[in-house]
Amino acid sequence: MDVIKIKGTDDTPNVILDAQNNIIEFSGRSLPEDVATFYAPIIEWIIQYAKTPNPKTNVVFKLEYFNTASSKMILDIFLKFEEIHKDGHDVMISWYYQEDDEDMEEACDEYADIVEIPFQKYSY
Amino acid sequence: MEQKSVDYMKLIYSFHEEMLQNDFTLVYEGEITHQITKAFTSLAENNMERMSEDTSIKKKVFHVMVECLQNLSKHSEENNLTKYGGDPVGNGIFIVGKLGESTNQQYHVITGNTIENEKMPELQALLEKINELDKEGLKEFYKRQMLEGTLSEKGGAGLGLIDIARKTGEKLEYHFVPVDDNNSFFLLRTKIFRKQLD
Repeated sequence: MDVIKIKGTDDTPNVILDAQNNIIEFSGRSLPEDVATFYAPIIEWIIQYAKTPNPKTNVVFKLEYFNTASSKMILDIFLKFEEIHKDGHDVMISWYYQEDDEDMEEACDEYADIVEIPFQKYSY
Repeated sequence: MEQKSVDYMKLIYSFHEEMLQNDFTLVYEGEITHQITKAFTSLAENNMERMSEDTSIKKKVFHVMVECLQNLSKHSEENNLTKYGGDPVGNGIFIVGKLGESTNQQYHVITGNTIENEKMPELQALLEKINELDKEGLKEFYKRQMLEGTLSEKGGAGLGLIDIARKTGEKLEYHFVPVDDNNSFFLLRTKIFRKQLD
């Protein structure tokens, strides 16, 4: 599978999608001008990954900020991983948030309510 | 100088005075693009950094500014495109200010943009609904909207206003001013309270 590496900017996150090394990671800020265009190749990658997923998938989110339009795209990403989980594969989400960032911690709880995948929260 | 020029200069001075008196730190009227959104938010971040503003307040102000500016750039765009053609940019007024005494100080983020009257009832209904909901209600509304809502062509998810109400914990203050038979001017004021100083 192709590896996707997107270097983060002040309005787009750093993204690593690397099936071979089993790294799926999002970090930084997400408020792109056009969320749909930014996230489309990422969603497409996950759809391809779902065909032959690794035995264990750990999806790492370490975002310091995302806007509301991105929140919708992040949910779409989780829903794609949920399908992999429902197919009987081992999938978990690791959600990192800054220690005093209540909004980011709450966002994790909300996603965990909606999506049927185990979430693990880590403060840093 | 001609009297006309002198009057003009005086106008600029009174404008400056007015801004200072009202503690407006940023007043902008015109196109709202993504570049402008980035410039304004980083300006505000730097200002607050310099004043050693509390991290959670900084985040809230940043968040509200982003959502307000993106609302302006996405929602006034349509009017512009259909009326004048050209690049997809929104137009509107954007103000950031600080109000209140030192013990009860608030940041204000104010936006204003033209909206077609036929779209008003939908927006008004959304604003009223948001203002009726409590914290828990807003959370459920946001989750439902995120799950059921679709991204519009302009990339809006219909979540911005709900999120502003959630992040600030305040009711949305808004006003519609009639412009002409087909349009109104939509004003929205968001307050972010600074922590009480002991």
